[in-house]
Amino acid sequence: MQERIEMITLEGRTGSADGLSPEEAAEILAGLSQYPDNQAMSIEALKIVQHHRGWVSNESLKAVAAFLRLSPEEVEGVATFYNLVYRQRVGTHVVRVCDSVSCWIMGCEALVGELQNKLQLTLGETTADGRFTLLPGPCMGACDHAPVVMVGDDYHFDVKAEAIDALLKPYRQKPL
Amino acid sequence: MEKVLTRHIGQGMNPPRLVDYQQSGGYEGFRNALRMKPAEVVDLVKASNLRGRGGAGFPTGMKWSFVPPGEPGQVRYVIANADEMEPGTYKDRWLLEGDPHQFLEGMMIAAHAVQALTGYIFLRCEYTLAARRLQEAIEENTRANLLGKNILGSGFNFSLHLHSSAGRYICGEETALINSLEGRRAVPRAKPPFPQVSGLWGKPTVVNNVETFCNLPHILRHGPEWFIGLGLVKDAGTKIFGASGRVKTPGAWELPMGTPIREIFEKYAGGMQDGYRFRGFLPGGGSTDFLVEQHLDLPMEYDVIGKAGSRMGTGQLIVLDDRTCPVAMVLNLVRFFAQESCGWCTPCRDGLPHAGHILMEIEQGRGQARDLEKLEGFTRFLAPGNTYCALAPGAVEPLQSALKYFREDFERHIQQKGCPYRH
Repeated sequence: MQERIEMITLEGRTGSADGLSPEEAAEILAGLSQYPDNQAMSIEALKIVQHHRGWVSNESLKAVAAFLRLSPEEVEGVATFYNLVYRQRVGTHVVRVCDSVSCWIMGCEALVGELQNKLQLTLGETTADGRFTLLPGPCMGACDHAPVVMVGDDYHFDVKAEAIDALLKPYRQKPL
Repeated sequence: MEKVLTRHIGQGMNPPRLVDYQQSGGYEGFRNALRMKPAEVVDLVKASNLRGRGGAGFPTGMKWSFVPPGEPGQVRYVIANADEMEPGTYKDRWLLEGDPHQFLEGMMIAAHAVQALTGYIFLRCEYTLAARRLQEAIEENTRANLLGKNILGSGFNFSLHLHSSAGRYICGEETALINSLEGRRAVPRAKPPFPQVSGLWGKPTVVNNVETFCNLPHILRHGPEWFIGLGLVKDAGTKIFGASGRVKTPGAWELPMGTPIREIFEKYAGGMQDGYRFRGFLPGGGSTDFLVEQHLDLPMEYDVIGKAGSRMGTGQLIVLDDRTCPVAMVLNLVRFFAQESCGWCTPCRDGLPHAGHILMEIEQGRGQARDLEKLEGFTRFLAPGNTYCALAPGAVEPLQSALKYFREDFERHIQQKGCPYRH
């Protein structure tokens, strides 16, 4: 049994890589070596594609399914379950405001209002230039620094409504 | 107090690299474990009285002992539940970022104890700094033959993988976590069989919380008596406690088990911010019952908090002040749990949004006198035993206790046809 698990082989495990970039296919292949079957890689594979393309289109999803030899329906089943797999186009920078209890006590509602004003949109929308999408988010694990805002992978702690411009500035300046 | 879990963690301190970690006694516990029979490690952890730090407080050694004896080399798994998402909880992120080797050593000890060949760290997606530090530490250990084949010449093989999540609170439920790790929707599984018998890919699997693992190196290094001696009460060891809300100095602190709540609240969290008065608190995350003034002198001890009508949970207080509406706070919590329900069973899927709707009606001034009875009905309907997993029962804990301690607030909303806290 020990022999079997240690001989996880990638040979013959994947299907057509059509529709995936060489980098995406290589990253998915590298990840596969962690798991004895392909299904376990499905969520991570979607995240890899999303990392490169910003979101997961129907075409991307089908390409992932074909590469992992899973049915598109199976992959769609997980894609729709997990809130951090974006099945719609999102902005370059996804701004997520924590709306869970500690951040709510500390005034996250004012932050949402201010962000909607500054970005000229409402929760769930993307700016016309495709730079920002504003979403609410569940507890981000930094409640001692509430209220918390995440922009992409970046944490912003102890955010004040009057500091929203300064918070957004570096992301506004990055080339799209 | 002697720092144990946080001896390498503090402001301005970088996480120790392998060489530094080993110089301060790191991996001695693991080396001790390798010199022992796996069953002896299980017995030692049982004797230490370590209880799971994820929230439920189940004795760790006992959890491991349910793994059935098997042939050497049989496939088994150990999983770290690093999917920290309980509202008001941030202790595991701190431990992972601050001392990744301490955590890995704990996982390696557990792996030896249950003879797991493979381990997975199920890390929440947002914890990217922790991910980088864990990956570096895993690579250091692989180069040093602390992970891989025939570790330190002991004959023990163990490989460890980092798996990052894609969101959803329900992944913190251990059987839902296993489904998610297998690439499925994170719906909980029926128990029994328990994961120790049939878990990941149907193999014996042990799932423990990050903080639980972090205690193991110290137990294996200093022994169970020393560990028991760290606690001020019956519960052993230290724990990461914390406080958020309108307190002066929110944060997290390593303190002995049994530390009085008042000490955490007043000495460490600094009491209330100026202009705010204390009304109550959730003692261990968003799914624990409110406690109030009369409970402040209780020790943070599993059974004592349980007898007081709540749970110690994750040990991180969420403090309610006098300018925050308790009805709206409970609405916020119920909405969180309704959103994070996996939708598998009807009481949770339909019940939580319905309870949320009633709370919203009350909050917005459209509440009826009989709504409080309806809400109380939900707290019974969604109690343990009526749902597939613990999500919904946890969700109604703040609601049922708010109805008890802040009932006049609910009634004022209904009488005044609006929220008295919004001016």
